[in-house]
Amino acid sequence: MAPQVFAYLAAGLGAGLVILGAAFGIGKLAAAAMEAAGRQPEAIGKIQTAMIISAALIEGVTFFALAICILLALK
Amino acid sequence: MMVEHSDTLHQVVTAVADTAHAASGHEAMTPGEIFGHLLKHLQNSNELALPFVGNVELPKFPPIHIGGVAIDLSITKHVVFLLFCGMLLTVSAILAARAYRKSLVPRGFVNLLETVVSFVIDDIALPSMGKAGMKYVPYLLTTFFYILLMNLIGLVPYGATATGNIMVTAGLAIVAFVMIQFSAIRAQGMKHYLAHLTGGVPWPLWPIMIPIEFLSLFTKPFALCIRLFANMTGGHIVVVSLIGLIFVFHSYLIAPAPLILVIGIDMLELLVAFIQAYVFTTLTALFMGIGIPSEEHSEGH
Repeated sequence: MAPQVFAYLAAGLGAGLVILGAAFGIGKLAAAAMEAAGRQPEAIGKIQTAMIISAALIEGVTFFALAICILLALK
Repeated sequence: MMVEHSDTLHQVVTAVADTAHAASGHEAMTPGEIFGHLLKHLQNSNELALPFVGNVELPKFPPIHIGGVAIDLSITKHVVFLLFCGMLLTVSAILAARAYRKSLVPRGFVNLLETVVSFVIDDIALPSMGKAGMKYVPYLLTTFFYILLMNLIGLVPYGATATGNIMVTAGLAIVAFVMIQFSAIRAQGMKHYLAHLTGGVPWPLWPIMIPIEFLSLFTKPFALCIRLFANMTGGHIVVVSLIGLIFVFHSYLIAPAPLILVIGIDMLELLVAFIQAYVFTTLTALFMGIGIPSEEHSEGH
């Protein structure tokens, strides 16, 4: 098989793995935030802010990995 | 209706017309070719689509050479929208300031602006920077409104998303980088600022610590740049892929399904436009807040 085939395969599998990790991370984050909001509904504003910031940080790393996958598929 | 107010949809309509035209020329296009053809409409170009006029060719300037580096300062589609958003923002800010001179009670449009301004001050600037950060609020407000406007103008028919261009987000991130370092140096003084680069570890570890801390100065704005770019481009690529399905299956019958999905994605895009403006500003404020010592900040590290 041509080496490009493996690059495409790696890009596809890599993107899938990246999303698995990110979804797991953000899922745990959201679960914890919901629980915290349920315990202390008056602190929901602060919890939301902290949640969005953490989600954005997780997302940032995810995008780095996705960029590598896109490079694999395009080069 | 969302259908009428979406740029992605407008871009897609012109893209669909073009792709249909190209496809009629030579019968079988591979899915890759179809996708590539549709994707061109997300990229920067020298053509500007205008209502009732059609595509307008934008002026091209010869590149300027500075020390072997060619800098092309041609006005492209994204530059037009950068300038347009800047002007819109300046005019509305001046109008709002004028309205305040007449009476301190805001009405109508100024009231809307004041709501957002107080949101940025109370929910973004104060929690992350404290009172000491109030002098950087004008910068944060500018960033927030500029990014928000550029994101939203991409959702208007005939609009283009300038924040979907990595050069634009890189420019914003460079400004953020300068502001983060400037505020830290101004608040702590040069000596303390350099001391923070050692991370407060014993001196034998400095050769490891200093490069890491130095690198982390650059990864923060780099992440800001990539995050905004990827979020704004990602949604558009999803829309293009869904519309591309119609051409891949070569059938009109499949059209309603992508259309419904695209409307859903557009709703998500509207949410993402706000969230990304918020996240960019919040993270900038947070990074600036790390450098500005507050009352609770200990000198231990």
